[in-house]
Amino acid sequence: MANRVVITGLGVVAPNGVGLQAFESAIRGGKSGIRFDEELKRLQFSCQISGKPQLNDALIAQYFSTLELRNFNSNGIIYGVIAGMDAWKDSGLPVAEANEPFWDYGLVFGSGTSGIDRFREAIYDIDELKVRRLGSTVVLQTMNSGVSAYLSGKLGLGNQVSTNSSACSTGTESLLMAYERIKNGYADVVLSGATSDSGPYIWGGFDAMKVCTYKSNDDPERGSRPMSSTAAGFVPGSGAGALVVESLDHALKRGARIYAEILGGHVNSGGQRGKGTMTAPSPIAVQRCIRQALQHANVLATQVNLINAHLTATSMDSLEIRNWVEALERSGDDFPTINTLKGMTGHCLTAAGSIECVAAVLQLHGNFIFPNINCEDLHPEITNLIASKRIPQKTLEQRSDILIKASFGFGDVNACLVLKKYNENDV
Amino acid sequence: MMSKEDLINRLKAIVSPYAQNKEALNSISEDTDFINDLKINSANLVDVILDVEEEFDIVIANEEMEKMLTVKASMTIIESKLGEK
Repeated sequence: MANRVVITGLGVVAPNGVGLQAFESAIRGGKSGIRFDEELKRLQFSCQISGKPQLNDALIAQYFSTLELRNFNSNGIIYGVIAGMDAWKDSGLPVAEANEPFWDYGLVFGSGTSGIDRFREAIYDIDELKVRRLGSTVVLQTMNSGVSAYLSGKLGLGNQVSTNSSACSTGTESLLMAYERIKNGYADVVLSGATSDSGPYIWGGFDAMKVCTYKSNDDPERGSRPMSSTAAGFVPGSGAGALVVESLDHALKRGARIYAEILGGHVNSGGQRGKGTMTAPSPIAVQRCIRQALQHANVLATQVNLINAHLTATSMDSLEIRNWVEALERSGDDFPTINTLKGMTGHCLTAAGSIECVAAVLQLHGNFIFPNINCEDLHPEITNLIASKRIPQKTLEQRSDILIKASFGFGDVNACLVLKKYNENDV
Repeated sequence: MMSKEDLINRLKAIVSPYAQNKEALNSISEDTDFINDLKINSANLVDVILDVEEEFDIVIANEEMEKMLTVKASMTIIESKLGEK
């Protein structure tokens, strides 16, 4: 029989809050983590605002040894390790002893790039014929699975240790991969998460594609405007989110606190056919992904209370709402409540799905709905489809039982998950 | 010419961040082996050598690097490089 799968630990390094408490307080308060970015200005970016987690050396030193931090220049690994270690600690699980790993505990931690700043330094050294001066640290910081390698070593994980990569759907996909591995009985615990590097060498390509806003350089906190009629592109962000995923049996046996249950989900791709392209999602594929996720979770569209959407603040927002309306066959007043975190964090790219899944789980567990910010001027194409009261702009102290979360990425890839408030009486 | 003791002390400072066995580090001598005694991760040996090059302003060839597994072997190579200067 398939295992039931629950979430028992959370960790987050987000632009508007580092650590679970700070993050929950930020999302409850509708607090923006978008700031003016001097470096982007100096480099003449069109978009000169960004969402970067605020870290300091003292905090980083709690997670890395002095030796590890020698010649270290990979902020994505730092974000991922902090979020991952925090989630593990939050779950109450132990760290493996010196001589044997936990064979039944694994990890799927996504990343889009790794250590791009370290990579840049290495490229300069190599071109100056100084390859032998690189030392031992370049590979570990620039391999995509670097974050997974650091985390599994610190925790002593002996099951599958892998890094997935599927653009902006990476984090949500990683949670689904963790779910599947546990459901099928291949592991008892899988640490799921995703991380995204900060900085101009990650964000430059997006700036050049003109998908980032250039209209809010003098008003950063109002710059990320999902669902707004004045949305002008996304604000680049970074950070990491992490979730400890565990079989219900294993969690109950050790008396763990259970945040939420994962009922199922689906990943797919539009194959860049029909209306799908490298950068535009195929509506048919998105709708199919949502429907398949519900079917797999054995949940009816009418049971969905809350949608945590992808909604990035580009011209695609209206299309996404239309896809939800058509997939769920619900509209107007009948539409579920919907929110997006990106008004507060910007678009954290590879990490977006994981940070947003942490926010989703916090809402289920804490009986609240965080507000959508910067959409006081809702786009008419959206209000023509769904009632504006379904887009809360103030925090609601309200219980949700079924939450659906989706993330979409370049390459026409989609990931969708169905989460449920945990109820010990469910069988 | 630098005394043996001086040289060992400068080497000690270089390997200190990489040595996981701090007791062995404190009693470092000519006979100390970097990997077996100090428990330096083998991947970090290249970092030790880069730091030695910087500290003594010398260049160590690949064949010589391979031999630098103990304090004694390192001292021999460093002394010979310094003698060439």
